[in-house]
Amino acid sequence: MIKAPTNAASAGAGEPVLSVRGLTTAFRVDGDWKTVVKDVSFDVMPGETVAIVGESGSGKSVTSLSVMRLLAKGSSRIEGSVLLGGRDLLALSDREMRQVRGRDAAMIFQEPMTSLNPVFTIGRQISEALTCHGDISRAEAKAETVRLLEKVRIPNAASRFDDYPHQFSGGMRQRVMIAMALASRPRLLIADEPTTALDVTIQGQILDLIKVLQEEEGMSVLFITHDMGVVAEIADRTIVMYRGEAIETGATADIFRNGQKPYTRALLSAVPRLGSMAGHDWPLRFPIVDVATGKRSEPTEVAGTIENSARPVLDVKNLTTRFDVLGGLLGRKVGAVHAVENVSFDLAQGETLSLVGESGCGKSTTGRSITRLVQPNAGTVSLEGQDVLTLDTAAMRRTRRSIQMIFQDPFASLNPRMTVGATVAEPIVEHGLAPRAQAREKAADLLKRVGLSPDMMKRYPHEFSGGQRQRICIARALALDPKVIVADESVSALDVSIKAQVCNLLMDLQQSLKLAFLFISHDMAVVERVSHRVAVMYLGEIVEIGPRAAVFADPRHPYTKKLMAAVPVPDPARRGMRRNLVADELKSPVRPLGYTPPARHYDEVAPGHLVRVDDSM
Amino acid sequence: MTALDQVDIPPGEQRAPSRAWRKLKANRGALVGLFIIAFFTLLAVLAPLLPIPDPNATSWSAIRKAPSALNWLGTDDLGRDILSRMIWGAQASLLAGVVSVGIAVAIGVPFGLISGYFGGWTDQIISRVTEAFLAMPFLITAIALAAFLGPSLTNAMIAIGLSAMPVFIRLTRGQVLSVKTEDYVEGARSIGLRHSSIIRRYILPNVFAPILVQATLTIATAIIAEASLSFLGLGQQPPAPSWGSMLNVAKNYLSQAPWMALWPGIAIFLVVIGFNLLGDGLRDALDPREA
Repeated sequence: MIKAPTNAASAGAGEPVLSVRGLTTAFRVDGDWKTVVKDVSFDVMPGETVAIVGESGSGKSVTSLSVMRLLAKGSSRIEGSVLLGGRDLLALSDREMRQVRGRDAAMIFQEPMTSLNPVFTIGRQISEALTCHGDISRAEAKAETVRLLEKVRIPNAASRFDDYPHQFSGGMRQRVMIAMALASRPRLLIADEPTTALDVTIQGQILDLIKVLQEEEGMSVLFITHDMGVVAEIADRTIVMYRGEAIETGATADIFRNGQKPYTRALLSAVPRLGSMAGHDWPLRFPIVDVATGKRSEPTEVAGTIENSARPVLDVKNLTTRFDVLGGLLGRKVGAVHAVENVSFDLAQGETLSLVGESGCGKSTTGRSITRLVQPNAGTVSLEGQDVLTLDTAAMRRTRRSIQMIFQDPFASLNPRMTVGATVAEPIVEHGLAPRAQAREKAADLLKRVGLSPDMMKRYPHEFSGGQRQRICIARALALDPKVIVADESVSALDVSIKAQVCNLLMDLQQSLKLAFLFISHDMAVVERVSHRVAVMYLGEIVEIGPRAAVFADPRHPYTKKLMAAVPVPDPARRGMRRNLVADELKSPVRPLGYTPPARHYDEVAPGHLVRVDDSM
Repeated sequence: MTALDQVDIPPGEQRAPSRAWRKLKANRGALVGLFIIAFFTLLAVLAPLLPIPDPNATSWSAIRKAPSALNWLGTDDLGRDILSRMIWGAQASLLAGVVSVGIAVAIGVPFGLISGYFGGWTDQIISRVTEAFLAMPFLITAIALAAFLGPSLTNAMIAIGLSAMPVFIRLTRGQVLSVKTEDYVEGARSIGLRHSSIIRRYILPNVFAPILVQATLTIATAIIAEASLSFLGLGQQPPAPSWGSMLNVAKNYLSQAPWMALWPGIAIFLVVIGFNLLGDGLRDALDPREA
């Protein structure tokens, strides 16, 4: 599946395409100038890919926006020099700068869903990019557009010329964005987190595409990302940014092998690597490197948490959840989204079962069905022997004590108008488990338990960072002494170093409280690290489930294999590798009315390792 | 925790009410608003004690006189002292503004919360009725209701309040629909909170800001509406004064006696500005995210 590197980029020949010297960007905040990017200098050579990597707030995106002068004029100030092919962009007039954008340097953004104008056809938008810079006729522009769409490997390019953006999936839209950026054959492509919003198999396709196009067009790429795996795969050289400064620059392999700065090492040690768990029987904590001193604490395994003798704490059988699709003038049912279809698994006390899959595979709906945030259509969910799906409102309220959720976005999952203390104490008071004063004491204990100070009780959520907020969410979830915690993408929105710390916290809590986790995630590398067992979901169904070691070492279902192959691995030795993934799209779980899903059979390839038997395999 | 997870949190913890009051005090606009409202309220309350002429005493020798040492703000078409009528009229106008908006908020917001939060048939019914109300012009509804209830200031306030209510239902419902999808509301459900707790602690505080702004703006509309009703004999009963009714009479003499319209106009303007400034200040002061 992976081809040998084809040493595409002939890096470092001749004059640099982009030369940035002493770039300093400040924003006006409440009348004061706040410096966000400090004295950043770097070069991008012809045909070279340079990655700027950093965590949120490091100034990496502001750097790229400064280069393109896309920041709001009155509220930002850019100093230094930005030479693109020898021309200082910062000295150009607005009109000249407009000529540069798109023609000499093009940009693609993170969110393909919003970067295209929804009211014009794809063809028209790309043609426009062509006609606004060069004087070519409409017919020529159309032919060129089709050629570009083919270049970015959009199947049946000619027939999709008149399609609107909503008719394309996220990955296909990002291809369209790239086609648009290529329209005037720029010498430099700036890609700002172009694959972050995409599913992992689609991300793999887009990375492949950028590599191929760079080879064909010989352009330079400035790649902004937070993902070390992506960096390792695509970049010749890497710039590590931290708090607005470029703290380390070098060849990607050097940065990965022997990073000089403690921060670089801390960042890299926190990155989970797919396949690094071979030989470990139990989930393994992340190593933590102190940013100040560079000292590394060795990780320990989370052993002996599972109580196998007892009956499973959570037992899900044939769970099915569908959402009606309404259509037509009268809003009649025309079909259904088969979000969760016949899903069965169990979860023992002290065990972590991960549900992995790509967007739309039904993993989140599974979690929400189990906690009855949505009402499933069929199946049973036994929590400590009691079927939660048939409980009435009052009984369900009591049962919720045993099963709690932690959500993805720590910025959205806390009530902004409630103090942290009240937030954590609230469930205890609401369920009448303790009077208010005692509940607050317990809340203080819980905050200590998740690594926060009880002094923070009177503060509001907005005063905390993302990682701290997620700790608050965890404290709140623990307030009712639950048996099961459904963690729905709970670490996905966090920066890599914070992600490692929160995962470690979850593992600590599992060890001390014997918690069972249903860990819902799209991130295979994190899943490998924290799970005892893994279930892979595709189009609402589990296609493979088994012990973590077995599934990762010996994936049997084609979809599992595809998923694993697509994960970018933070190892520069793999740079330039191709996955040769076919440019396809995720299929949709929307079915017409009256559709009956086929009966599925599972093959037990090893003890506890079940793989769905597909006819088409 | 290592250094990566630390952010600087400024010291200075305060309980929510005192924090809000401190922030309100620091907001100059809100203080100005508070001062304006306090000033007019004080005038209205102290009207019987102030050494001013009887607001209803007419004088044929002093019809439509410009402001002078004797009549500081001039006289109206029946020779009544405008200053005195302004002060006495403040009672009716402030009451009409505040009470009718109070009625609109007290009924409209709960309906909007229920409609938005529970959805389904309840929402269908409340929304359709609201739309039917909104299809009728605000003033026409108010006039019809006031005529139905009988002419008096109290009934006028009820009529204005009920007519302004659908706007608050709609606004609240819309806000609830957007807040309801926030993760923290879903989280509250998953923790097993009662609906009443979720509405009270999660929904209401987070939909409050736009309702407050709408309320301060509606006070102005209500003061003007009271004027229109009293012009039709459905609000404050003549000869008792209100700013609105004074303005209504004054429009016939705009060229001959502009001061008749000027003073009530300025007063309404000031009160509306006052409520707006205070409303903005309250919105910011009650939001813990605002520094």
